[in-house]
Amino acid sequence: MTTPKNLYRQIKYDIAFRKLATGTGIFVIILVVAAFLTLVYESWPAIKAYGVKFLWNTTWDPVTLEFGALPFLVGTLITSFLALAISVPFALAGAIFLGELAPPQIANPVSFVIELLAGIPSVIYGLWALFYLVPLVRAFQMKIGAPPYGLGLFTASLVLAIMILPYALSVARDVISLVPQDLKEAAYGLGATRWETIRHVVLPYARSGILAGIVLALGRALGETMAVTMVIGNRSAMPQSIWDLANTMASVIANEFTEATEDLHLAALVEIGLLLFVITVIVNLIARIFIVKTKVR
Amino acid sequence: MTSIKNPIFRTEDLCAYYRDFMAIKHVTVSIPEKKVTAVMGPSGCGKTTFIRCLNRLHELTPGARITGKIYLRDKDILKMDPIVVRRKVGMVFQRPNPFPTMTIYENVLAGYKLLGIRLPKEVADRIVEDALRKAALWDEVKDVLHRRGTFLSGGQQQRLCIARALAVKPEVLLMDEPTSALDPKATLQIENLIVELKSTVTIVIVTHNMPQAGRISDYTAFFYLGELIEFGPTAEVFTNPKDPRTEEYLTGKFS
Repeated sequence: MTTPKNLYRQIKYDIAFRKLATGTGIFVIILVVAAFLTLVYESWPAIKAYGVKFLWNTTWDPVTLEFGALPFLVGTLITSFLALAISVPFALAGAIFLGELAPPQIANPVSFVIELLAGIPSVIYGLWALFYLVPLVRAFQMKIGAPPYGLGLFTASLVLAIMILPYALSVARDVISLVPQDLKEAAYGLGATRWETIRHVVLPYARSGILAGIVLALGRALGETMAVTMVIGNRSAMPQSIWDLANTMASVIANEFTEATEDLHLAALVEIGLLLFVITVIVNLIARIFIVKTKVR
Repeated sequence: MTSIKNPIFRTEDLCAYYRDFMAIKHVTVSIPEKKVTAVMGPSGCGKTTFIRCLNRLHELTPGARITGKIYLRDKDILKMDPIVVRRKVGMVFQRPNPFPTMTIYENVLAGYKLLGIRLPKEVADRIVEDALRKAALWDEVKDVLHRRGTFLSGGQQQRLCIARALAVKPEVLLMDEPTSALDPKATLQIENLIVELKSTVTIVIVTHNMPQAGRISDYTAFFYLGELIEFGPTAEVFTNPKDPRTEEYLTGKFS
């Protein structure tokens, strides 16, 4: 009878495993809190110097040490939501095609390629945009009579739209393909067409998952740094139109961090990071509430 | 085999395939109007495929196709638009499948809502009440019409699905083992309902359950390995089967 001894050992392993798993879980929370605290600590000089005015001051001038975050806040929000607006219709259409219409021989390879898009390093998107997208946008700007920078908010939004597409699309495709077959057959059985079934049965059923994918994409857009920094024009003034050169929160940090010699400049940049952190958390919270609500209703 | 006068459905040499597999083999049969016809046979014999041909749901399966002719009254449904066929030939499935994103009220009206048909409120209300009464569900749900259908019991959900199918006023109601996921009490309710419904609508029901077929059906079609081997009034098929395979099945020699 070796069972009891063996059993005790198993129980011991089980307890140890449980502790390890719990510890890892707690560690993740500690990491997030630590990141937040570090940001607060490092940005403290700026918080003390500018107070809440930092949020709506539109001047960012490292020479006179006057720092306000509003241009970057606006830059981040405009590029992210514009990217979302461009990307979501394509993501949705693609997800419907791959999750519902296309036969597996087509859906599988196409899905694979789309997932590859998510794996391309952001600097490569940036390069591609510089060499390909910027001339295109410039030509378009000349045609409509906008200042032909090529770079700017609009170009950054376009790159972002392409970069976040795979996130929204693959989540939406997954939830769409999970819609039970018998619900679709019920709709067909009532004489619904394919489109009517998708519109009234498949999409409502998959709605919360689709929203979750969009939020994931928004989170990516808010924080995306490299590609945006390369094409947005890096101008730290309040943007007046979507053709303007601008900066996002992430791009201004990437641009100025290595050159910030004044402590206050550095602290102001960290405070922008802190703001970005808070905004990302808030966006995710809103989305989560939204998703939970649509699920229960 | 028994001949039926003025059948609502008539198939001629009907064959159904899943890619190369022939699931229904040369079936020629007439389904009588405003009667309950039970489709029986061992698992995998093509019962479900057969009724899915009758409203052209079969062809939704990738690789599926149909040859032969299916007449609904005198029109060949294989030449009609499947959407039109399915409006005339409703379906109730094996597992209750109300739309989880719609309320009970919306579920009953789904046949209109899906097609973008807008009804004045009085008309809509009347259709909902009428269909739910026919499905013997009205008294249980009349106070919760605007809640989701998913909190209902399995039997209630299945009756909701029957109401949803009846609401578009089909000529035929196909039922694919509608009670196989239900408890005995709910099963009995559905059986009673089927018997009541046959005065207004023709019913073709697939069932595994022999006593059930005996209780509710007027005619029985017996399928074996994709072939229709026996068709006739239920009492006759049950007491005096002509094909030895029917008898073997009825006496439990195989299932």
